[in-house]
Amino acid sequence: MAGLGGRMSTVVKAKVSKLLDRAEDPGETLDYSYQKQVEQLQNVKKGIADVVTAKKRLQMQETSLQQSVVKLDTQARQALAAGNEDLSRTALERKNVAQTELQGLDTQVAELEEQQQKLTDSEQKLRAKIEAFRTKKEVIKAQYSAAEAQVRISEAATGVGEQMADVGLAMQRAVDKTENMKARADAVSELEAAGTFDDITQLGSGEDDIDRQLKQLSSQPAVDDELAKMKAELGGPAGAAQIAAPAGAAPAEPAEGSGEAAPDSEQS
Amino acid sequence: MIVRISGEDQYELPEQDAAKLNELEQTVIDIVRGGHQDGFSDAYGKLLDYVRSHGTLIEDDDIRSSDVILPPTDITFAEAGVEFTGEGIIPD
Repeated sequence: MAGLGGRMSTVVKAKVSKLLDRAEDPGETLDYSYQKQVEQLQNVKKGIADVVTAKKRLQMQETSLQQSVVKLDTQARQALAAGNEDLSRTALERKNVAQTELQGLDTQVAELEEQQQKLTDSEQKLRAKIEAFRTKKEVIKAQYSAAEAQVRISEAATGVGEQMADVGLAMQRAVDKTENMKARADAVSELEAAGTFDDITQLGSGEDDIDRQLKQLSSQPAVDDELAKMKAELGGPAGAAQIAAPAGAAPAEPAEGSGEAAPDSEQS
Repeated sequence: MIVRISGEDQYELPEQDAAKLNELEQTVIDIVRGGHQDGFSDAYGKLLDYVRSHGTLIEDDDIRSSDVILPPTDITFAEAGVEFTGEGIIPD
C-alpha cells in the first residue's frame, strides 16, 4: 500500500498491538485505551482553540487596518483641499499599502475559518467513535472470554486509533497553515510598528525612509488615479493650488499637522 | 473494502471496485510523475468522487479499520509528490 494511508494505519496497528502485548487483563487494556482516547480528544479541543486564537489575531489586525484606510482617505482629502498635494499623495500611498495588506488578511481569515470547521467536524467524528468504544468495551468485558476479548479489543482500538490519526493529520495541516499566517500577521505588525499606517499628521516636513519604501511598495498608477479622482471631486482639474488659496472655501478642516505645510498656501 | 478519505469519512465499497480505484489512482500517479500540476486536482477529485458515489457511508459511531486511506481533498501538488509514489493504493 502506497502513500499516506499505508504509513498511517501501519503505525496505528503497531501501537495497538504493542499495547495489547503488554496487557494481561483485557478489561484493563480497554479502560486504559478509553482513557487515552478521552485525553486525545482534549488535545483536539486545544488544537481548535489555537486556530481560533490565530483567527482572532488576524481579525483584530483587519479591524485596525480598516480604520487606517478610512482615516488615511479622509486625510488625503483634507490635505488636497488644503492644497498640499504631496501630503495627500503620501496619505494615499499609505492607504494603498493598508488595502493590499487587508486583502491578504481577508483570504487568510477565510482559510482559517475553513480549517476551524474541518477540525470541529473531525472532533465530532472522533467523539462519536470514542463514545461507541465506551459502549463496546463494556459489552466485551461482560460477554467474552479473555482470548476472544483480545481480538475484539484489537479491532475496536485500531478503528478508533485510525480516527485519531486522521484527526491528528487534520490538526497538523491546520497548524502548518496557521504558521504561514503568523508570518503574514507578523509582517503587518512590523509595518504598523514602522509607522506605515500612521496618521500623516505625524509626518515631519521631509520625506523619510518609510515614505521612500512606500513609494516602491504601492502601485503608483493607482495612487495617481485616486488623486486625480479626488481633485475632480474637489472642483475640477483646476488644481490643488487654486483650491487651496481661499482656505475658507474648503469646508473640511485641514489635518492638524498639515499646519506645517499650510504657510505655503497662505503665501500664495 | 473500507476506504477512508482523510479528513472526511469512511466508505464501504465492493471488492470488485478495487480495479477501478487503482485505474483512477494510476492516472493521478502519472500526472504527479509527469509534473502536470494543472491536471492534478481534477484527476484526484475524480478518484474521491468515485469513492463517495460508489461507496456506502460508514456511520461515525461504527468503529471500522480502513483497508485504504486516501489523502485529504485539499492535498497540494507538492504533497502529492510524496504520497503518490508507490505502486497503487490497493495492496496486491
